Amino acid sequence: MKRRGLFYLQLGFTLLVCAFLVVPVFLSIMAGLTVNYFVGIESGLTLRWVMEVWNGYRDTIFLSIGLSLACLAVTLVIGVPAAYVLAKRQTALTRALEEMLVLPVAVPGLATALALIVTYGSLSGFRTSWAFILVGHVLFTLPFMVRSVLAVLSAIDLKTLEEGAASLGAGFWSRFRDIVLPNCRQGILAGSLMVVTLSMGEFNMTWLLHTPFTKTLPVGLADAYASLRLEVGSAYTLVFFLMIMPLLLALQAFAKPRPTKFVAEDAE
Amino acid sequence: MTDAGNKPVSIALTNCSKTFPDGTRALEPLDLAIHAGETVVFLGPSGCGKTTTLRIIAGLEEPDAGGKVLFDGTDVTHLPIEQRNVGMVFQSYALFPNMTVAGNIGYGLKIRKVPGAQIKARVSEMLAMMQITRLADRRIDQLSGGQRQRVALARAIAVRPRALLLDEPLTALDAKLRDTLRLEIDSLLRSLGITAIYVTHDQAEAMALGDRIVVMEHGRVAQIGKPRDIYQRPATRFVAEFIGTMNRLTGSMNNGRFICKAGGIAWPEAPANATEILFRPEDIRVVEGDETTGLQGKVAAAFFLGDRTRLFVDVGEAQPLVIESTARRDFSHGDPVGLAIDPRGLLVL
Repeated sequence: MKRRGLFYLQLGFTLLVCAFLVVPVFLSIMAGLTVNYFVGIESGLTLRWVMEVWNGYRDTIFLSIGLSLACLAVTLVIGVPAAYVLAKRQTALTRALEEMLVLPVAVPGLATALALIVTYGSLSGFRTSWAFILVGHVLFTLPFMVRSVLAVLSAIDLKTLEEGAASLGAGFWSRFRDIVLPNCRQGILAGSLMVVTLSMGEFNMTWLLHTPFTKTLPVGLADAYASLRLEVGSAYTLVFFLMIMPLLLALQAFAKPRPTKFVAEDAE
Repeated sequence: MTDAGNKPVSIALTNCSKTFPDGTRALEPLDLAIHAGETVVFLGPSGCGKTTTLRIIAGLEEPDAGGKVLFDGTDVTHLPIEQRNVGMVFQSYALFPNMTVAGNIGYGLKIRKVPGAQIKARVSEMLAMMQITRLADRRIDQLSGGQRQRVALARAIAVRPRALLLDEPLTALDAKLRDTLRLEIDSLLRSLGITAIYVTHDQAEAMALGDRIVVMEHGRVAQIGKPRDIYQRPATRFVAEFIGTMNRLTGSMNNGRFICKAGGIAWPEAPANATEILFRPEDIRVVEGDETTGLQGKVAAAFFLGDRTRLFVDVGEAQPLVIESTARRDFSHGDPVGLAIDPRGLLVL
């Protein structure tokens, strides 16, 4: 039948696209586990490269995790209140601020990094600390936090909800804690997911901002590919993958919206 | 009475006006006294300033400089809403989606640091009073509109406020539910004996609920009075036409008779210079048999409503007269009819 033929054609195409994307990942992982990539899989499987990466680049992994969590903390502290203000006060000024916040995403990371180095590079204590990279990451990830929280806050009638709480005697801090924060939970979680993954994988800016003592995971990865055996580089990818997947899955599970159960309307 | 925790408050506004930052004058200087325990309805079309007035009383807006809000004689003008101890019910309910029904009702008590056991007891009492006990653990998005408004009422009353402020609480509901809830709100307000201010654009709601009605227009009070006074003795043309239906005839007085295009009406105590008379549909009737009348018209449209027929009768004026006829008669377009008006219902404004 004609329709059936079309179905198989579509299935075939979909599988082809999937294979195109998945096979390199798989090959890369295999390369990291093969004794000698040029000989091929018959040379045997080994964890030697993974161990080598673990021993040589362990610090970059911990730095990246620490950095992304610090970045999350900062974007939460700055981003959530910023989104709240932007949602509450819709003026020309706040709209301009909202647009400007996105600039670090549009401007190439290299340019932002250069600007940071030119401006603050001479503060040697700051330049050599991981906080220097953190500043770059916060600049880059903040709009993602603000945007996702703002999207949720704009979808609910925040003003009336707050007025309702105020009419019941709740002052500003009580309202913020009991009404604003719980109701933008989805946005905060979605934003956190973005911030952590973006910070974890950020290379562009970090490559310029890092020092030999403040290498992050992606910078280390570039290092490994550039200067060591292909197997080591691939093993690094595997480690990266193993690090980031559980984190992403955990955040994703956390951020999953509660299913809305529809209940038949009771007779009034 | 368990809800007599706070004595009802008397509220006074003096010289309260409101100009918004963009320069719009929402409210002209207003003086108003609301007695303790009274239900006052602010009635008017949208943009008349009724909601702004309510928000000034609530503490959600401050009046322009010079205006004062007094609760029992105490100046609360600069006190924010959270310190005024007023209950508020919003048109959009403003229920917290992150809390259950019980959580919403208990929130005000939690803020007041009432012990948990007392909160629980009060919440069950409120749930029972509003007949929503079985909904206690529901989330807000699982409730219908009517149920939401009951929760909102329960939540506002739970804290035993000094005054209850209702901002178009029934507008978002369908007509049948509106009637049911209107009755419930009415008996609730009577049993609580609370000072209540109710904002609406629906004159039927205003007539049913208000001890007094404040009719507003363009940021000004057009009339304050009991529902019956407002209906029978409207102070201005706007009030007359906003509340209920008003018929109008133009003409002039001649020898104790008002003469218009359709004929004349005997009206001995009329003011001599009357050029326009107003009256309600229930004060005019279609004459039957060979009863003589000085007023003639032609049926322009007739709608049979079961218990009565609503007639639109052309009498040569810009607007046809509206007549509610209970006659057992089949009216059709173009029928000539004789009309009689009860002179006691005639108004000149």
